[in-house]
Amino acid sequence: MDFRFTEEQMMTASVVRDLLSDLCQPADLRRLMESGEARDPNRWCKIGEIGLAAALVGEEHGGLGLRSIDFVLAAEACGYAGLPEPLVENTGVALPLLAALSHAEGVAPFFEMALTGEITVALAHSANAFVADVDSAGALIVEIEGALYLAAPNTLRLTRQPSIDPFRRLFMIDGGVDTAMKLTGRNEAAPLLAAAFERGALFTAAQLVGIAQRCVDLAVAYAKERQQFGKPIGSYQAVKHQLATAQVKIEFAKPVLYAAAAVVEQPGMYSRSRVSQAKLAAAEAADLAARTAIQVHGAMGYSWEVDVHFFLKRAIALTNWWGTPAYHRGRVAERMLSGELGPDNTFASEATYA
Amino acid sequence: MDLTYSTEQRRFRQEVRSWMEAHVPAEPLSSFDATREGFEAHRAWERTLSEGRWGMVTWPESYGGRGLDLIQWLIFEEEYYRSGAPLRVNQNGIFLLGPTLMEYGTPEQKARFLTAMASGDEVWAQAWSEPQAGSDLAAVKSTAVADGEEYVLKGHKIWSSRAVFADWAFGLFRTDPSSQRHKGLSLIFFPLNAPGVRVQAIPQIDGEKGFAEIFLDDVRVPAFHRLGGEGEGWSICMATAGFERGLMLRSPARFQVAARKLVELYKAHEHEVEASVRDVVMQSWMDAEAYALSIYSTASRLTAGGQIGAEASTNKIFWSEMDIALHKAALSILGARAELLRSAPAAGDIGKWLDGYFFSLAGPIYAGSNEIQRNIIAERMLGLPRS
Repeated sequence: MDFRFTEEQMMTASVVRDLLSDLCQPADLRRLMESGEARDPNRWCKIGEIGLAAALVGEEHGGLGLRSIDFVLAAEACGYAGLPEPLVENTGVALPLLAALSHAEGVAPFFEMALTGEITVALAHSANAFVADVDSAGALIVEIEGALYLAAPNTLRLTRQPSIDPFRRLFMIDGGVDTAMKLTGRNEAAPLLAAAFERGALFTAAQLVGIAQRCVDLAVAYAKERQQFGKPIGSYQAVKHQLATAQVKIEFAKPVLYAAAAVVEQPGMYSRSRVSQAKLAAAEAADLAARTAIQVHGAMGYSWEVDVHFFLKRAIALTNWWGTPAYHRGRVAERMLSGELGPDNTFASEATYA
Repeated sequence: MDLTYSTEQRRFRQEVRSWMEAHVPAEPLSSFDATREGFEAHRAWERTLSEGRWGMVTWPESYGGRGLDLIQWLIFEEEYYRSGAPLRVNQNGIFLLGPTLMEYGTPEQKARFLTAMASGDEVWAQAWSEPQAGSDLAAVKSTAVADGEEYVLKGHKIWSSRAVFADWAFGLFRTDPSSQRHKGLSLIFFPLNAPGVRVQAIPQIDGEKGFAEIFLDDVRVPAFHRLGGEGEGWSICMATAGFERGLMLRSPARFQVAARKLVELYKAHEHEVEASVRDVVMQSWMDAEAYALSIYSTASRLTAGGQIGAEASTNKIFWSEMDIALHKAALSILGARAELLRSAPAAGDIGKWLDGYFFSLAGPIYAGSNEIQRNIIAERMLGLPRS
């Protein structure tokens, strides 16, 4: 029992964190927003140079063979930065899925380009109503009636569904999937889709925790500077206590997130419940932190000029991405009402009772 | 990150479980805050624990412990609460003063006080607050005047948990009469039966005598009863408070057992309550799990040589608010019966939820009010300016 990250895990995260702190500041976000482009080419190029695209792909498939626990802090850092580019979904969700299908006919050329970061892979999973970032992807894995297909995005008819988050690029597929290549049937697809869902929910939770911390940090910085009644507003308890309450939410979402990251690869009710709990706790932390940050900024918080709204909007989007709160509550309820409870079962799994 | 127990840890869990199953009293003991009999029954249980060397498993063997690490302590606590064993009457001693003595005490002080503490022979009360020094603890006025090799204690302490029946108290006294605020304070022990000590119980909202006022009128104690240097009382007190808020006072197992009972209560009444109750119950269960995971994370860090910091304050806020929500959820399931005393003919098996609810209301107040904790988080974790 050792509930700590390793040096390597913290190193991976800090590489991502440092890069984003250089290249993904609010001014960078605003520049991208005004350009209307999907990606900042320089930033995406630098992200590519870190070589994380195939982080969660097994070594036997040419990846780094890392586990979700090795990537969760990096995903958190992406949330913190409000990163527009699809590093988390591509590395955390799509590529491990494509790797599991890489033996299927016709996949190899796409998979090889994806491994090197030359293309990203989008995923149309039935858990999500829309497909994200498919316009800039080099391949799309699409679920059709439970089976999995691979399509070239330029053969699809896509309808953009503008999101309140200016960096979310959501689409509905209106046609063109009839020419997609079948990768696998329903039976083989089911566990792969289920595993992709768990990773999607986990890394979304990680981003939400990052968003929550960013909101608190933005508000703290403002509360130190902004003076009223002759003192910084951050010296008043009415302000302090709101921020402390938001920080408490974050502090108790994190260990749930990290425990979920440690078990997400194990299939089963116990692991599913932990992932769902992480998603719920992270979404609540992000919601509270974003609203607190707006309140602490006062009227500025309601302005376009202050950056908090970018994080509020991402939080709104991710709260329902990879499963709504109601769906995740249902999964936790299943475990609570039919699993083993009590203090000796904190780390229990199906294996404990096998 | 390894979230599995080692073979040795699993074996240790079995050892604790077997011992508890063989020794935990079949009938619950009566409250240690209500009567002398209840208090002494709990002391006897502390002696039984001590005979099994379970008094304080993290302490060195020389003081009656087992020299175990914090992960093993958590396992011990899990099995302790799982077994339904009595609450620890000496928690002020073993969980608060004990770790502080271990850090700041002289070898002679450790030998004198720790063993008797672990065995339950000496049960401790805390004597920090005063009528005009509550959240503003640095405003304490009680004095300890040096007189040769002794101190003469004078003053008025209040809200002293366990003081009605306990043997000893530790408190904060001004050893430098000209000092202000945090300076000039010392941490001093005194026997509650010493000449000049008068203890007066303060009935609580549940009618029990869990806390008291202590009047000190020229109480003489040897200088040996001062922990740490003269004038170091404040920093030592803060270290004690860190343990209190942070880790030891409220181990997660206590809430996880309560959450399990809440889920059982919900299952038994699932078809009578409105659908929204499920989510309320689930929030409490999830929070108890989150608290446990957080403490495992802290314990892992401390075991590897880390320090406990301001996150102690986040813990205190989290568990105290969770405890209230958990008991409120239970009362909502009990519905009309929630207000009944257990002696009411229609009470049936309503359990101790109402008692627990009252006790939970004290949580955001004791061990440093949650308002103070939020100040600590804002100033020390977030770096906001002092008021």
